[in-house]
Amino acid sequence: MSNKTVIPFGPQHPVLPEPLQLKLVMQDERIVEAIPAIGYVHRGLEKLTETKEFTQNVFVIERICGICSFKHALAYCQGMESLMGIEVPDRARFLRVIWGELHRMHSHLLWLGLLADAFGFESLFMQVWRDREKVMDIMEETAGSRVIISTNQIGGTRRDIAPEMLAKIDSVVNEVKEDVERVEKVFCNDYTVKHRMVGIGVLSKENAKLWGAVGPMARGSGIAEDVRTLGYAAYNELDLEPVVETDGDCYARMKVRLREVYQSVDLIRQAIAKIPDGPIHVPEKGNPNGEVISRVEQPRGEALYYMRANGSKTLDRLRVRTPTFANIPALLKMLPGHQLADVPILILTIDPCISCTER
Amino acid sequence: MFDMIGNIFKNLGTKPATRCYPLEKREPFKASRGRVKGVEIEKCIFCGICSRKCPADAIRVDRNAKSWEIDPFKCVICGACVEVCPKKCILMDETYTQPSTAKDKLTYIQESKEESQSQAG
Repeated sequence: MSNKTVIPFGPQHPVLPEPLQLKLVMQDERIVEAIPAIGYVHRGLEKLTETKEFTQNVFVIERICGICSFKHALAYCQGMESLMGIEVPDRARFLRVIWGELHRMHSHLLWLGLLADAFGFESLFMQVWRDREKVMDIMEETAGSRVIISTNQIGGTRRDIAPEMLAKIDSVVNEVKEDVERVEKVFCNDYTVKHRMVGIGVLSKENAKLWGAVGPMARGSGIAEDVRTLGYAAYNELDLEPVVETDGDCYARMKVRLREVYQSVDLIRQAIAKIPDGPIHVPEKGNPNGEVISRVEQPRGEALYYMRANGSKTLDRLRVRTPTFANIPALLKMLPGHQLADVPILILTIDPCISCTER
Repeated sequence: MFDMIGNIFKNLGTKPATRCYPLEKREPFKASRGRVKGVEIEKCIFCGICSRKCPADAIRVDRNAKSWEIDPFKCVICGACVEVCPKKCILMDETYTQPSTAKDKLTYIQESKEESQSQAG
């Protein structure tokens, strides 16, 4: 029993988009224990927000994550709006849903591509990323930038979307839906893909609850938990049902994300159909005072923001709990007992975003 | 398994999805935030709102010397300065910043209603 070896997985590894290190204690090919080491991309953004004005902070917070920047800014703006008692115009709330769901689409499509790459299906990876490019183009055309779209501001949005552009978005997301339906067949039915994912990394419903999994990770284990159902932005006026799979393995988590792409397409089309006319922004007055907690559903799960203001232009404290941080404990508990070859897929199915986690 | 094989054969017969970049360039989108190109210095009133709103501290405005300066390597191209400018004299360009060998700043100095632009280190 004493012939255990420790294999460092990461921080540089072909499957990891970002630096996360797991020290894997191995017995032959099986993992006995996984010890995480994070801290490779800490940038001190929480501290930086204490030195900038609260209106400038939107731009700092967007840079916490390179994939779901819009959602981070949304969480911050919603918190500030509730502190300052700002009523956001209806049109801005719907625009936030449209951009937010576009972000979810591009994040999930990126993830599906990375997953295909992780199990060595290079052509599938390229297919998915080609489809994602259509979403990125909409983002650049409407917001001016591909990823850090900077359209949120306290009190509404910075840009409006013209009616003809809304019609274009409607048809493009429909095209993306058709494209994804094509690759879905491969993801769900392919023998090799199923062989790598079915029954790997099973997280039971009880354990998902116990270890505090969030987002697609929890929904893949049968917990119908989605912060969007609380009805922030315009989600209370849209028809929304959390996507749930019950198996709790890698395959179930992949199916949750695939189906969430369709859900996003549906939400965008609903929002475009219902979007009212009117102003997109109300200016803020004075400085925030007090403390607030704000939650949003990111592509990776629930993000929680805590903010404390003191009535001046700068904040006392801003604290972010990101979804990947909540999912790492569940990952560590899932790893023991699996083979070394399954580790890349297991790590990917929590959709790790390390620069969010370390900020 | 055969879904993907059909797809692969279809891809063999079609054009590549990527562009042949340096030869074939895509037109930038109209409202793209490419870079802050500079300022129409004869219109500038040196109020300094742009430098106070800049989240990256990239802009320096000097009222006495009548100068406006931006560090393109600090700028995060958020467009906050363009939005808050009361005279709307800061220019946003759709194309991205070109690579450079030196970290030069862009400096504009107003000379009694005559525009001048110099590059200072």
